[in-house]
Amino acid sequence: MLTFLVNAIRLGMTFLLGSTGETITEKSGHLNLGTPGVMCVGASCGCFAEYIYFDAVGVIGINPVLAILIPVAATFLGSALMGILFCFLTVTLRVNQNVTGLALTTFGVGVSDYIIDKTDIIYSLGSDYFTASLPFAQNLGWFGELFLSHGILIYVALAIALLTSFVLNKTKVGLHLRAVGENPATADAAGINVSLYRYSATCIGCGISGLGGLLFIMDYLNGNWEYCVDAIGWLAIALVIFTVWKPNLAIIGSIIFGALYIMSTYIEGFSTETKEIFKMLPYIVTVIVLLFTSIRDKKKNQPPQSLGLNYFREER
Amino acid sequence: MSKNNSKTRSPLFHIVKRDPMTWYGALGVRIFAIAAALLLSAVVIMLLAQKNPLEFYKAIIDGAFGSVDRIWILAQNLVMLLCVSLAVTPAFKMKFWNIGAEGQVLVGGLATATVMMFFGDKMSLPLLIVVMTLASITAGIIWALLPAISKALWNTNETLFTLMMNYIAIQLVAFFLKRFVKSGSGVLEPMHEYGLPVIADMPYLLNIIIVAVLTIIVYIYLKYSKQGYEISVVGESENTAKYIGINVKKVIVRTLIISGAICGIAGLLLVGGTNHTISTTTVGGRGFTAIMVSWLAKFNPFVMVLTSFLIVFLERGAEQVSSQFRIPSSISDIITGIILFFIIGCEFFLQYKIVFSKHRKEND
Repeated sequence: MLTFLVNAIRLGMTFLLGSTGETITEKSGHLNLGTPGVMCVGASCGCFAEYIYFDAVGVIGINPVLAILIPVAATFLGSALMGILFCFLTVTLRVNQNVTGLALTTFGVGVSDYIIDKTDIIYSLGSDYFTASLPFAQNLGWFGELFLSHGILIYVALAIALLTSFVLNKTKVGLHLRAVGENPATADAAGINVSLYRYSATCIGCGISGLGGLLFIMDYLNGNWEYCVDAIGWLAIALVIFTVWKPNLAIIGSIIFGALYIMSTYIEGFSTETKEIFKMLPYIVTVIVLLFTSIRDKKKNQPPQSLGLNYFREER
Repeated sequence: MSKNNSKTRSPLFHIVKRDPMTWYGALGVRIFAIAAALLLSAVVIMLLAQKNPLEFYKAIIDGAFGSVDRIWILAQNLVMLLCVSLAVTPAFKMKFWNIGAEGQVLVGGLATATVMMFFGDKMSLPLLIVVMTLASITAGIIWALLPAISKALWNTNETLFTLMMNYIAIQLVAFFLKRFVKSGSGVLEPMHEYGLPVIADMPYLLNIIIVAVLTIIVYIYLKYSKQGYEISVVGESENTAKYIGINVKKVIVRTLIISGAICGIAGLLLVGGTNHTISTTTVGGRGFTAIMVSWLAKFNPFVMVLTSFLIVFLERGAEQVSSQFRIPSSISDIITGIILFFIIGCEFFLQYKIVFSKHRKEND
């Protein structure tokens, strides 16, 4: 039971990073369906940077802090570059966001497969640094196991989600960003630079989503690259809806998602076919939430009003 | 006054909407975009694989057209992608972002496979084919109808709803395979004896004919029928549609029934006419690629033949390339991505033009 919860949290934080990034992006009015691709690219950039770093310094010369910072920086940069590509096409060239996003996913999965093919598939050495936990966590029983035994990225994910929630709801920047996503024409008239907000929100959002990919590989899978990062990406998009565009709710939502996703492997007495039904649950729950919020039609729980629409000042 | 004027920054250029381009102008821009994309891909190949790009392109052509078998496979993949693209087109024209074609095709295929498996030995072949067709079309419609009805009633976001339906369909297939495949391996052996009929010993010919007929029907439906016109009006402006008395909800539901039905047919062709079995990857991302095919062709079914050819050609060619040069097959995704970005991006130049502001002299 305890391992189940711990793993649910570890997987959940992957979803949390992915969905927090996507929430920031969507709050600016961008429906980025390229998130699975972005997470793939992020993960592979991080792994590749780790590979280069280890190769350069050798096993003895590894600095544990750098072994985490270098991949994280590479992941953030790589994913943010994907964000820039998305924005260039949708903001500057004003082409359709759905089509661009799907193309970005194709491209991203291809790029990441290619990068990973150039290196070893197994990053267990690097993963050791990511999963290293506080030394006394083991001595605190279930409490330590549940809350203190995790790798550094898990806590980073939590911090980012809380910070995002704060910035979105309590600061001027967040207010402007939400205005851009709700009604860009009004925001523009109020003197907010719509393009700048959309560019930066999407790039930061993509960077955060990419970290989710890195966490998935380095922490949850203990450094084994498996080709299912993009499936995780789609679930991250689902989580955004599930938690009605609220990163603080997403902390709980992500753990629920993580639990639903892995529940079938931990519960005894179910046949293999029932387990497949269990894997359906996150999606069904998301659909129900989507339906429920649209039926109740509460202003607070709606998607940003101009989600998926590009803004061109001279268009009526 | 003049001092003030010199301080206001006038932008170097601004962007204005242009009048619709002539068809040859638009074609020129697109050809230029594809050429630029191929050039960039060549550079990428040289950098990544250290291979002569000309050899690379030769291998692509060889992979697509190198033998009669390859041409048949190319044609088969082309019509399947085209079929799914035809399915999503009416909905897109209405600006209903159905990205659930993957799931709609898959449940269609699942329905076909179910009928083949349980009734294959209980019915005569003609009756079986009728039941297969009906089952797959019904399944496709149900999968498309759920999001459509909730969109019509409660304005539920259809992009997200249809996306989720994809994965529910995939898990349903996974469940089906685990539950009903007797060997327990989760792999369904091909049931060749129960499929659609084969015309003149050419296994893919029937698919090609069906999709060709569908292409013409969809073209006529969208262009010349009253319902097709209603779809365009709803797509252009929902308010206009309401104003002139079109029942928008009815149009949404009706169009998605058509969309889902064609997806069901695609599933039938994939499972009943091609693979004779089903797996979670039977549709193979076509539901997503079809969106790009349809959008790039500006929802014109005949242009979609060209755009789906372009994508299938690259995919088939890239498989050859990766085996011939021993480079990862992922390079095909990268190249496809680059070309898509260029074709998508060139739409900008079809709709807008950049006007450079004339430089004002300082002493003016």
